[in-house]
Amino acid sequence: MTERPEVDQHSGTETTGHEWDGIKELNTPLPRWWLIIWAGSIIISIIYMVLMPSWPLPWANTYLKGLRHYSERAHFEQDMAKLAASRGPNEAKLAQTPLDQVEKDPDLLNFAMAAGKSAFGDNCATCHGSGGVGAKGFPALVDDDWLWGGTLEDIKYTITNGIRSTGDNTRFSQMPAFGRDGMLTPQQINDLVEYVVHLSGREADAAAVARAKPLFEDNCAVCHGEDGKGTRALGAPNLTDAIWLYGGDRDTIRETITNARQGVMPTWGGKLPPWQIDALTIYVHSLGGGE
Amino acid sequence: MSNSDVRKGVGLDVITLGGFLIVLDVISLFLAARTQDPLMRMHAYIMLGAFTLGLAALAMRAANGITYDESRYEEGIVKAGVIATVFWGIVGFSVGVIIAAQLAFPNMMYFQDIGWLNFGRLRPLHTSAVIFAFGGNALIATSFYVVQRTNRARLAGGVWPWFVFWGYQLFIVLAATGYVSGITQSREYAEPEWYIDLWLTIVWVAYLLVFLGTLMKRKVKHIYVANWFYLAFIVTIAMLHIINNLAVPIAWTEHKSYSAFSGVQDAMTQWWYGHNAVGFFLTAGFLGMMYYFVPKRAERPVYSYRLSIVHFWALIFIYIWAGPHHLHYTALPQWAQTLGMTFSIMLWMPSWGGMINGLMTLSGAWDKLRTDPVMRMLVVSVAFYGMSTFEGPVMSIRAVNSLSHYTDWTIGHVHSGALGWVAYVSFGALYCMVPWLWKRKRLYSNDLVEWHFWISTIGIVFYITAMWVSGIMQGLMWRAYNSFGFLEYSFVETVKAMHPYYIIRMTGGLLFLIGALIMAYNLWRTARGDVRKGESVPDVMPASAAIATA
Repeated sequence: MTERPEVDQHSGTETTGHEWDGIKELNTPLPRWWLIIWAGSIIISIIYMVLMPSWPLPWANTYLKGLRHYSERAHFEQDMAKLAASRGPNEAKLAQTPLDQVEKDPDLLNFAMAAGKSAFGDNCATCHGSGGVGAKGFPALVDDDWLWGGTLEDIKYTITNGIRSTGDNTRFSQMPAFGRDGMLTPQQINDLVEYVVHLSGREADAAAVARAKPLFEDNCAVCHGEDGKGTRALGAPNLTDAIWLYGGDRDTIRETITNARQGVMPTWGGKLPPWQIDALTIYVHSLGGGE
Repeated sequence: MSNSDVRKGVGLDVITLGGFLIVLDVISLFLAARTQDPLMRMHAYIMLGAFTLGLAALAMRAANGITYDESRYEEGIVKAGVIATVFWGIVGFSVGVIIAAQLAFPNMMYFQDIGWLNFGRLRPLHTSAVIFAFGGNALIATSFYVVQRTNRARLAGGVWPWFVFWGYQLFIVLAATGYVSGITQSREYAEPEWYIDLWLTIVWVAYLLVFLGTLMKRKVKHIYVANWFYLAFIVTIAMLHIINNLAVPIAWTEHKSYSAFSGVQDAMTQWWYGHNAVGFFLTAGFLGMMYYFVPKRAERPVYSYRLSIVHFWALIFIYIWAGPHHLHYTALPQWAQTLGMTFSIMLWMPSWGGMINGLMTLSGAWDKLRTDPVMRMLVVSVAFYGMSTFEGPVMSIRAVNSLSHYTDWTIGHVHSGALGWVAYVSFGALYCMVPWLWKRKRLYSNDLVEWHFWISTIGIVFYITAMWVSGIMQGLMWRAYNSFGFLEYSFVETVKAMHPYYIIRMTGGLLFLIGALIMAYNLWRTARGDVRKGESVPDVMPASAAIATA
């Protein structure tokens, strides 16, 4: 064609001469800065491909390893080895030191607390809450009320073996489901609810308390004690204080007596190394209520 | 207009579609009768209902006498697409606000007894609703508009474009009801199960044929750049969709299937798909939209034809390689990670080609940014496009990715693209098309567009800045070690630290939703032909439905 395409008035650039639904196109050359940066990004990419593992060579069942022979997996393993080496001496020392001796070595104690806090956050906080504040059905670890005992040895045993868990030596106890299994009538359970409320020092229906006294002695005292103060060997909670694992209101107590509770804590022995369980023990013991 | 252009009566298109719907009806009846799977039965009944309705609608249309006027554009389907886009947009944004609230207030917003209302089920509902329902309808509607206008040809295929439209809506309904009732392949952005995938494949092939058929009927010599992008989007999505969804159902009457790939190959296939869903759905498709509506609204020629060619082919060739950057520091071999990263870096400038062409087209019409909020929305969308296509290559660099991966930074990146680019360019197109299609001289209100623009823009800024801060903080907290060699923070502590940012993010999303509701009201009043009193709204030219012959 000899006819020159139309020139755009504003830019002074030629159009391509095409038009679609009123839309025209300028024949502007590629912006130079755009081309330069693009070429630069290609060059950088090629350099990276030369240095690092890049193209596959399927016929040889391998790939270009790159001039740096860098391997992500090797690098990761080096990192982990370095970390293990930095912790190693303290881990070994913690595993050898009896629990009650750890606090006499401030450096070791600091290490144990750091290790314990980290392991607690990853493994325990899900149920016991961050910082061990507990939740409904999951005991608070920051108070001095212990179901199975709060000494270093008790805590270590609980962590290692769990509660109602799969380990051979797991702590175990089973409250009967008095209502569900028909051992007590609903009326009797209602009376016992009043009795438990009365035990914890709150106002309760005196007639019901009187009716429930023999029921408590026959059915509950064997674990919770005549005075309702609980038995640690059986993990039976103290009913006379204001601390409730599942709740101390009448409805919750009725639910507990009717269907019982079977909270489970996992067996951590075998899952966590012994030094980590020691660290957890020391950390939990320090949270506020250690005995 | 000559009479030879007008075709009357029941043609081959009606007969083939009618026959096809009968076959589909029989298949769904068979499925409903034979299946033991209650979820499959629910979907078989939905399909049965949809196909029967389609057959009834087709029969009624045939009885009333169908006329095709080849001298006029098919506009009804574009109007339907506009309505569907606005509807699904509001659904998708609302679900987004709900799940943002669930993340900000996990206790208050957890519904113990209404499982399907919780995050796990609603999250894919949100992503699919905004990408495929809102974005997909916007792409189908605008592509049907643009392909006709720029080729001066009526849509090909007679009633088949309507099959594409309603078939796509059925796909959305099946996908969404599936997610909330627990039907999922657990592949991100490809959650629908095998039979829904088959259905989408059929709809998509029909879409491709309608699009190609219209291109073949064109009365202009050259094909306009917007159509290249739309075509690349349609073709590549078909390929990605089919390959990523290769799966073996456990039985023809069960909804569950297993992927044809396993292990790291499965992950790579999924992210090859996932990344190119971004590349060819959310980038190429919407660039097609940009290439029509920006020059049209600005009334200026496209800045550079040469740039459009070079960046188109560069984008197409390079994008398809970039998927492995989603699998940095995983079991994916490192050589594949290298390729994913380097191709992402080389993709930066080809992506920016679209931004340059979009922004520079305004040269000579910059004053419109001040006076025309629709133009401003389109230009801001191109700016967000530029920002997120720079951020993407940066995040693909392995060292950066080791900090950003799995954090909220990724969510922020996605939303600067989704809200800033995809939604804004679609909003701009909707504001352009509604007066054109409904033959109104002006929008109902320019002030409401201003309100929409500012409320939504503030919302986007809230959203992405909150996610940047929380993402980088998250990444730093996850990798912090104390002097004894233990992690400084437990996971739950990092979650707790996100709380204020999640509230800001939710607020940003809510603002964005409010903006979209304002738009819906404005468009509805515009379609009704109302003009807001006490406001001077600039005139626009309604687009003629008659195909120009010159």
